[in-house]
Amino acid sequence: MNKDKMTVGRIISVALLFLGALIMILPFLWMLSTSLKPTSQILNWPPKLIPETFTLQHYFTVFQTVPFGRFYINSICMATLSTLAILLTSVLAGYVFAKFNFPGKNFLFMAILATAMVPFETYMIPLYLSMVKFHWVNTFMGLVAPYLVMSYGIFFMRQNIKATIPNELMDAARIDGLGEFGIFYKVVLPLMTGSAGALAIFAFMQTWAAFIWPLIITSSKELWTTELGLGMFQFRFSVDMGPINAGSIISIFPVLLVFLFFRRNIMSSMTLSGMKD
Amino acid sequence: MRNKNSLGSSNWLENFFLTRGVSRNKLKQYIFVYVSILPIFCIYLVLRIFPIVSNFVYSFFRAEIGNPTAHFVGFQNFIDLFRDQLFLLSLKNTTIFALFVTFFSVIISLGVALLLSRKTKYGPFMETIYFLPVITPMVPVAVVWKWIYDPTYGLLNYILSFFNIDSVAWLVYPKTALIAIIIMSIWKVVGYNMIILLVGIRDIPEIYLEAAQIDGATRTQVLHRIIMPLLRPIMLFVFVISTINSYNVFTQVFIMTTGSQGAPAGAVRTLVYDIYENGFRYFKTGYAASEAIILFLIILALTVLQFRVSKEED
Repeated sequence: MNKDKMTVGRIISVALLFLGALIMILPFLWMLSTSLKPTSQILNWPPKLIPETFTLQHYFTVFQTVPFGRFYINSICMATLSTLAILLTSVLAGYVFAKFNFPGKNFLFMAILATAMVPFETYMIPLYLSMVKFHWVNTFMGLVAPYLVMSYGIFFMRQNIKATIPNELMDAARIDGLGEFGIFYKVVLPLMTGSAGALAIFAFMQTWAAFIWPLIITSSKELWTTELGLGMFQFRFSVDMGPINAGSIISIFPVLLVFLFFRRNIMSSMTLSGMKD
Repeated sequence: MRNKNSLGSSNWLENFFLTRGVSRNKLKQYIFVYVSILPIFCIYLVLRIFPIVSNFVYSFFRAEIGNPTAHFVGFQNFIDLFRDQLFLLSLKNTTIFALFVTFFSVIISLGVALLLSRKTKYGPFMETIYFLPVITPMVPVAVVWKWIYDPTYGLLNYILSFFNIDSVAWLVYPKTALIAIIIMSIWKVVGYNMIILLVGIRDIPEIYLEAAQIDGATRTQVLHRIIMPLLRPIMLFVFVISTINSYNVFTQVFIMTTGSQGAPAGAVRTLVYDIYENGFRYFKTGYAASEAIILFLIILALTVLQFRVSKEED
């Protein structure tokens, strides 16, 4: 009796699990489907998930009527520069905080960590005013500036370096006559490529998804990112669902690609961070 | 500790340290440390610390164009805030949003995580599917949900028509718009909470579960007496992180509700939206800064709560 009830319960719960998965994936399928339908079919009633005829027209429209190519290049440049800067600062600072004792260490580390607890949205106004002073409003530097450092990245690298690099290794390198910068470059960096890679993916995806800061800091379309361009474009062409969904597919494509390749890395590093956009 | 070879050095700085018992090796390390860390700390000063501190300062001033500290007004901004209907509405909306998104996403995530904690063939595939919305940027996701919620051609109204429910213009009315955004946001974060809980459940030592089974405990008993108590700290972490993230809601609100009316007010007003509008549309810097302080205090309270409780657990 009890056994029977449990299997029935099990079947129901697994069915619910699959139903949930369907709900998770349906918006993506709907996005893809809309982007591939000819305009005449998009507003058909009842809506069909599988288009009667397929067209790539909307993908061309997106690049022709909107400077989507430009947005794409901006996003790639912004995310790449941000990722490189976050990697460099995180590995270096993580190494220093993990392996050295020096006056002011605790103060510096706590100050850096404390800023991670303050959400970006609460200090974006003073940050914007600083950008006004630097004449960085509506410039690429202004766009990328807030994404040059990541407290979580420093913390993450510190933990990993503590766990993987023994002090004896550094001492041995010192005895061999390697300077401190040499040790960092020739000993530490090559050993940390794994966790640095995980951080790089995380940093890239976070910057790629940025929205409120690009919205505030840019005023000319030439600087818009894919996310901002897509967000603005959908207000103006709110009836033209084909190109909008094609744009959405294009904008999530790199992220999905990276995710499917590095699924394990991403899922574990994101869960530890406690942050996401 | 003193290094004899260096006594002849002409570098006064080096001598300064060497004569105070800092070895040459240590000195080299200090040079490396400070040369590395000070530029990074300077970036933090400019991009994080200074803006955070300035925000506190600005909240006590009434700004003029180009001068955020034009008139000192004490706590007047904060007093005005609590008489401002739009701010109170934003605070209410954001709180409702945060509570509902957190509560339902954690409940659903827990269910999914418990089902996926057993090793199955479809497990990893399911984890990936549930995680997809988490890694997808918010804008395209908000765009497609807006299309799903479309009053005339939307997929949701079509599905609801099977249940004889009339079409609803979801994103137009404040109440339904808030519900619509809550549903969409739950969809977005379920996978994130699920993964954290899944890690927590898998960390529970197998021995506990086996011992319970040997003692004849039912699955429900194992869940109530063993899994849930051991999962408490992680549940708390998920609750707090989810609430904090929800309080910062902006992008989906901006994309999904501002366009539907064409009006700047929007059907759903949230705290960050209100800060954005006061700061960048009306240039009320000090006023927006004081709103940001309220948001900061809410998040600080949640963070402190989490630290307190997790310390007690230890």
